Amino acid sequence: MSTVFPTFRPHAPLSQTVEIDNTGANPTMQPQLVTGGLTFQDVTDKVCNVVERKDMPLAWKIALGISALWALVFVVLVVYLISTGIGIWGNNIPVAWAFDITNFVTWIGIGHAGTLISAILYLLRQRWRTAINRFSEAMTIFAVICAGLFPAIHVGRIWLIYWVFPIPNQQNVWPQFRSPLLWDVFAVSTYFLVSLMFWFMGMIPDLATLRDRATTPIRKLVYGLLSMGWRGSNRQWLVYEKAYLLLAALSTPLVLSVHSVVSFDFATSQLPGWHTTIFPPYFVAGAIFGGFAMVLTLIIPARSMFGLQNIITMYHLESCAKVILATGWMVGYAYTLEFFIAWYSGNPAETFTFINRATGPYAWAYWTMIFCNVLTPQLFWFKRFRTSIWSLLFVAIAVDIGMWFERFVIIVTSLSRDFLPSSWGHFTPTWVDICMLIGSIGLFMTLFLLFTRFLPMVAMSEIRGVMDGAQPHHSAYNEHAELAGEGAHV
Amino acid sequence: MSETTAPVAQVVDQPRSLAILAEFTNVDQFLAACRNVRDAGYEKWDAHTAYPVHGLNEAMGLKPTFLPFIVLGAGFTGFTFAVWLQWWTNAHDYPLIISGKPMWSIPANVPIMFELTVLFAGLTTFLGMFVFNSLPKFYHPVFHSARFEQHAMTDRFYISITEDDPLYDPPRTMRFLEQQAGQTNVEELLA
Repeated sequence: MSTVFPTFRPHAPLSQTVEIDNTGANPTMQPQLVTGGLTFQDVTDKVCNVVERKDMPLAWKIALGISALWALVFVVLVVYLISTGIGIWGNNIPVAWAFDITNFVTWIGIGHAGTLISAILYLLRQRWRTAINRFSEAMTIFAVICAGLFPAIHVGRIWLIYWVFPIPNQQNVWPQFRSPLLWDVFAVSTYFLVSLMFWFMGMIPDLATLRDRATTPIRKLVYGLLSMGWRGSNRQWLVYEKAYLLLAALSTPLVLSVHSVVSFDFATSQLPGWHTTIFPPYFVAGAIFGGFAMVLTLIIPARSMFGLQNIITMYHLESCAKVILATGWMVGYAYTLEFFIAWYSGNPAETFTFINRATGPYAWAYWTMIFCNVLTPQLFWFKRFRTSIWSLLFVAIAVDIGMWFERFVIIVTSLSRDFLPSSWGHFTPTWVDICMLIGSIGLFMTLFLLFTRFLPMVAMSEIRGVMDGAQPHHSAYNEHAELAGEGAHV
Repeated sequence: MSETTAPVAQVVDQPRSLAILAEFTNVDQFLAACRNVRDAGYEKWDAHTAYPVHGLNEAMGLKPTFLPFIVLGAGFTGFTFAVWLQWWTNAHDYPLIISGKPMWSIPANVPIMFELTVLFAGLTTFLGMFVFNSLPKFYHPVFHSARFEQHAMTDRFYISITEDDPLYDPPRTMRFLEQQAGQTNVEELLA
């Protein structure tokens, strides 16, 4: 028993935020996931402090102010759009989809990293996920909210949006289930609901911790209600863990299906540049790539702001960087293969589309995408760039931008120049397009910053389980089991 | 129930014993104590931890939950519903010819079948967790303990034996828990 049980160490002061490099030279060795010798109490204090502190850091307030302002701009513009019509956007035939669908695909893609971390890494027993899963799941929820808004307002007559659901109506017409747009409705709404349930269920034990620490009656009441009377009972943990596993197992194919269905919106059409079978895996890899970049973009400032460097350690950041490098290659491979197939197919329209992407009027967008998504992640081959805050942040932001441009390139270049030169067009965004893109970022950030203030942003109950000494020692466990006649009870 | 065994006057005059709560700080000793409680024949008892502890289900002698089978049933229900919904709306009730596609063909309907399977299974998992665990439940005897409130959701482990257990006898049960190696506190919870 080399490890000391976390309860017995002296408490580290809250102010202690030491950056400890726990990334080992040997990737097969599991590093210490909670550094700095923190005890259970320290972890709880550090995480709860974000919610319980009297005042938030100045940077948080400034960020919330700017975000809330842009969220307000977004709301005003939605009202303007609904009351005027979607002509205030730059979309026009032949480019009927532009910023709106680009934003939709980008936001939904960002959400995918959250589910990957919370569900797929859970099934793969990646214990490092515990520090960032809550945070990423919240990111998923808010990103899907932003994503869902764009197609909803793009329908133009939003008061008829219920037509997308199979609700009996006075016309006796049903939605058309052979359309990928309707698959999208079902995929995205299922994804949102399952992610929300997964997120809330995972939070119940931590809400109980906040309830027991509450000092004011209001906090006690609110966290008491939200935690459902959770008392850490092992009879409940048994069902809870099984339910959590089931939700993870359901979310895993679900998340892969959602972006596949999003890609069907394009792939089932006949437009050059869209009509390709590579789209589902290419979109899913891109979603994970962009989503992990967003995780890094958000978590690097947050861990510094709230002093969580010993819980969300350098190892966690480095692991995210490795995922970005791997998925970045998948995306780069897809870009290359698209070009190859365009040539290999011998289809002149397809060949033209891809040459046009790289050399046509939107070449600047194409090369921005290549630079951000293919070139910058190559820095992550080097450990010094994977373990430096600033290079991580630089690559992450580059990928965030690059992935938006990827969707823009796919959507706009294909639509603006298809088969007939007589029906070619050009898309130029209006100020409303640009302000709504920034506004959706504002809405996302507002929700996110409020989340850090009111809900536990690290899954404390899961972190405790992966700390040194938290689980029974196997030798001790087996001896006791034999003494107690374990076999008779199983 | 103690109401049936204890004289009525006693119930009214004296605080009722609700549960015995034992505290542990070491997970190995806690696990050993759980085995002892199980082997002593207690039934209405529980272990409280701030995180899932490996091997505790076996130490408590708990059977696996039935929930996955219900979820499986819900998944099949969702799948069947999706097949029926798409066939009935698009091929039967109001047939629509869309771009020359057949009225009813499996491939075009697979995505919705998958999504509704997951949706039904997911909702059942979520609601099933609450139903199987009798949550929300805002009252439990352990909430009477100040120590429990301070430590249970952070860093210590508790065993509670409640009054509805057939073997529950406050002095004897307390003595039994006090004998467990590694216990740091044993208290009787009164109403």
